[in-house]
Amino acid sequence: MGAKGQSMDTKSLLALVVSLHPTVQRRANADRLAIVVPVDDLLEVMKTLRDHQELKFDLFVAHTAIDQIEANRFELVYILSSTMHGNNIYVTAYIGRENPVAPSMVALWPIAEWQEREAYDLLGLLYDNHPDLRRVFLEDDWIGFPLRKDYRDPYMLDLPK
Amino acid sequence: MSVQVRTLDDLLHAPLDADSELTTQEYLVNMGPQHPIAHGSLRVVLRLDGETVKHVIPVPGYVHRGVEKMCEHLTYRQIIPYTDRLDYLSAIMNNWAVAKTVEKAANIPTNERIDTIRTIMSELQRLQSHALWWGVTGMDLGAYTAFLYGFREREIIGEIFEETIGARLTMNYIQPGGLMYDIKPDFAQKVKNLLPYLKGCIEQYETLLSGNVIFQERLRNIGILDGKHAIALGCTGPVLRASGVPYDLRAVEPYGVYDKVNFNVVVGEVGDCWDRYYVRLEEMRESVRIVEQLIDNIPEGPHATIRYNEEIILPEGLHYGQVETARGVFGVFIASDGKNKCPIRLHFRSPNFNNLWIVTAIASGWRIADFISIQSSLDLVIPDIDR
Repeated sequence: MGAKGQSMDTKSLLALVVSLHPTVQRRANADRLAIVVPVDDLLEVMKTLRDHQELKFDLFVAHTAIDQIEANRFELVYILSSTMHGNNIYVTAYIGRENPVAPSMVALWPIAEWQEREAYDLLGLLYDNHPDLRRVFLEDDWIGFPLRKDYRDPYMLDLPK
Repeated sequence: MSVQVRTLDDLLHAPLDADSELTTQEYLVNMGPQHPIAHGSLRVVLRLDGETVKHVIPVPGYVHRGVEKMCEHLTYRQIIPYTDRLDYLSAIMNNWAVAKTVEKAANIPTNERIDTIRTIMSELQRLQSHALWWGVTGMDLGAYTAFLYGFREREIIGEIFEETIGARLTMNYIQPGGLMYDIKPDFAQKVKNLLPYLKGCIEQYETLLSGNVIFQERLRNIGILDGKHAIALGCTGPVLRASGVPYDLRAVEPYGVYDKVNFNVVVGEVGDCWDRYYVRLEEMRESVRIVEQLIDNIPEGPHATIRYNEEIILPEGLHYGQVETARGVFGVFIASDGKNKCPIRLHFRSPNFNNLWIVTAIASGWRIADFISIQSSLDLVIPDIDR
């Protein structure tokens, strides 16, 4: 554990993941290996990433989402690290803005419970099979989700153009 | 498919169990938002049976300032001061995380001098942060003397920072492509004079608190977290290492000049509060060692490689950089569209937010007094949780 450096380069890491899950594609424009996963396969792919002997992404570093309002979708981003092999990966998936439901990762990494609560609180993402989906920072009667690009509230000021 | 949204009220008004014994009754107690061990505003709702903690519901958000939303309208230089105000005891290291991410994405070079000074400053701040934590833990557990000793060292290191940086808390020091100010000519000598003193202080800490039987009784075998659960619960930093996992970014993916210095990654054996206490004390010794190895040979060179008003535009895509702060992995995730000088989305992966939730897993079954030990051993900084 705590190996110095990475056990695999980006190319072989991608090849291994694609060989296990053919629906996975590479996401361009990222500073480390990034894969795009169809949202229906997300849970399966994440399970493989966590459990496969040569992958072992055991540290759920961060989860957030990007509001791509022009494309009418959210891009979910999961950042995973392996404390065993030293590899890093982004896992991304797209979900529609109208019904933003994503599978919950709580069964795989317990910390996902609170990172997903944060994403629900600030971006309004909903998680399937989440054990305790409630707001984490804002009050329960807060209206709207502040990190969405179209969020407005009466006290907001516009930036001078 | 089952998406169910809940509120805090649902939890608080859930029916309590019937009296488990004739003498005790289940009830809810708010610990905080204003409580001496919160060191800020953190509300924790405890479900108690007598004095035994049955369930912990942390309710953060009292210092939520929407930093991530604000950052969507700021340039990368303007983001740096905001990171000071997250984990204010690791301000320099937080600055470094943003600088590191931006430098890597925009191909901004640094030089040996910049890297060395960054590393020295970070380790000094780690010492300062751990010294304060040591004092505060003493205070939480009833030893007010320790608090004053911890603050004494914090002030002395703070004076060194103040001389170079001009600030004691909100540093705004490490910038993309360099440092805000160069060090003063007598900086190295002052730090060198300080190091033997700090070593003595750490020994003093041992004699003051570590050997105290009450202190040991309140920490040993309390709140045990094993390594496997620690990783699954996403905790990092001294909390993770106390559970026996040698995961330290300074060693695993070295940045700055950490690959040129010798230091040990300190790990615990049991994963109890005592290990979390002792790992930090040992880390202070390692930090002194790192500074000792660097302070004599600070290379010459400019303290910045780009002008401060130079416009930085990151290429389109996802960028992530992380550093090891005094509390764990602090990461900065930036999504850029390649056209704007502001990010379209910025997310701070904060160590305290992720470390906080282990109280829900390890505090059940302990008494209220043990809960104080557990929360104190996590060394939480509340503004970093809430962001």
